[in-house]
Amino acid sequence: MIEVKNLTKQYGAKRAVDDLSFTVNDGEILGFLGPNGAGKSTMMNMLTGYISSTDGQALINGIDILENPTEAKKNIGYLPEIPPLYLDMTVGDYLSFIYDLKKCRLPKKAHIEDVCKLVMITDVYDRIIKHLSKGYKQRVGLAQALIGNPPILILDEPTVGLDPKQILEIRNLIKKLGKRHTVILSSHILSEIQAVCDRIVIINKGKIAADDTPENLTAKLSDEHKLIARIDGSRDEVLKVISSIGGVVSVTADMEREPGTFDYEIEAEEGRDIRRELFKRIAARNWTILMLKTTELTLEDIFLKITMGSDITIGGSKKKAAAVSEDDAKAMHEAVDQAVIAAQAVEMSKKLAAGTEAEEEYDGGEM
Amino acid sequence: MGAIFKREMKAYFTSPIAYIFIAVFYVYTGINFVGTNIYGATTDLTYIFSAVFTLMMIMLPLLTMRLMSEEKKQKTDQCLLTAPVNLAEIVMGKFFAALCVFLIGMAIYIPYVLVLFKLSGSIEWPIVIGNMCALLLLGASFISIGMFVSSLTENQIVSAIASFIFIMLLYMIDVLASSITVEWIRNAMVSIGFYNRYYEFTNGIINIPSVVFFISAIFIFNFLTVRVLEKRRWGE
Repeated sequence: MIEVKNLTKQYGAKRAVDDLSFTVNDGEILGFLGPNGAGKSTMMNMLTGYISSTDGQALINGIDILENPTEAKKNIGYLPEIPPLYLDMTVGDYLSFIYDLKKCRLPKKAHIEDVCKLVMITDVYDRIIKHLSKGYKQRVGLAQALIGNPPILILDEPTVGLDPKQILEIRNLIKKLGKRHTVILSSHILSEIQAVCDRIVIINKGKIAADDTPENLTAKLSDEHKLIARIDGSRDEVLKVISSIGGVVSVTADMEREPGTFDYEIEAEEGRDIRRELFKRIAARNWTILMLKTTELTLEDIFLKITMGSDITIGGSKKKAAAVSEDDAKAMHEAVDQAVIAAQAVEMSKKLAAGTEAEEEYDGGEM
Repeated sequence: MGAIFKREMKAYFTSPIAYIFIAVFYVYTGINFVGTNIYGATTDLTYIFSAVFTLMMIMLPLLTMRLMSEEKKQKTDQCLLTAPVNLAEIVMGKFFAALCVFLIGMAIYIPYVLVLFKLSGSIEWPIVIGNMCALLLLGASFISIGMFVSSLTENQIVSAIASFIFIMLLYMIDVLASSITVEWIRNAMVSIGFYNRYYEFTNGIINIPSVVFFISAIFIFNFLTVRVLEKRRWGE
């Protein structure tokens, strides 16, 4: 169990982490989500005792990390952003060093073998770390955190730099670990957090912007009544017709998708279903609805809304994103691009996993 | 501490650095030994012990340059500092590993002494013992200085050059002191100089204040290294 109370880190004039408080219960997988520079790594470095906090307190299983660091650190396995590997050692030597360093009391050889099997690095056991691929290095880093079976695992972007197949493997591994360990992991990839975590803490500019389960976060923010319709026909006329439907609050036309066809985003009054009415009106004009769907807020949207300087407060009933500045808008587009890439990676990995299910084990021949 | 000591020893002997250090040490002392004691037909060991001071000034920074700086550069300090060990253990582990490599180099004096004893039948044991103590103390204090400097930078070369300059200054202080006329400054300089204290030992004089001086130097610089690690944790 981890209790964080009013934790603050000040770097000169900059507050990297600003008055954070939260609790992680035993057996929970908590995801830290935030844009780059939000204070995720600083937070984790404070929890693991690598850096001190300026103010506040972090209790690891009830032990203060600053007052009794040695005892508190015994409970933690930490994978920093850059895995702390001694490049000139072999994987086996390195893990054996970590074992000695952590003063473990488990049967040494068997334990190291177990950990290697768990993160699938048995085949590189005798290789020098320097010569391993990024994916393997990341997994050796993970193995290092797992040595000694610490009850708490803190993983800083555990899947960064891995290929889609490896991402899936590590993700499954973390899920499996979550059954026996308390896990905190950070990421800026939302699909990952959504897939793995029981609870999400979104931090932005050093502060907690949201703290809830993925389902609740989506549910709380998705009470908007938007439709997206793809309709062929002259844009201006279609716009006129749609806005004349009773209950339509606003309608905007998107870019031309197919020749002579536009996408329209239609917002209706709360609790009002305008789909039938829309169909009738469009059909009456002899136009065709090529696509009609309701917009569901994805975690991506929520994340962007929360982190892009909007005035949303989670748990309130009516939310409206504030206007974003030009810079924010640009950043938002970039973030969306990233999210799309991430989503594609997930898709791809699913396909890959399905395709290679028959193969017994990952051979690692691409090193 | 044991784990860090073991890892450092392994790192010394998987890279060429320990071999180079030991080889240079053996060759340099060997030439001095043959030239002075065998051809000169003397059992006076003062020269071969005092000549090694300069060599240690150059070679020990090479031994200590990567101790702390590389950890910082490769971010492996994150693994040490988040493991359930205290900072003193980390520093001591590294200190003793470097000292151990140095002792392997220093061990070459044992055969020299035995050869002389065999050839001449008599040897001035106080001088031998005094010199062995002196080498050990001097080496250990250079190592703790080098490690302290190494903890201040991420760059091994900077670390090596800076510790060399640092040690050089400590050596020069004795020389500079003689040209200072203000007595209290001169006395102060003489009291922190390394060379005169070392030279005393090579004549077989084991002076307790000097022993205490070297041990304090070792302690202070190791302590400072711990403080540097501690300070980095607290950031600004």
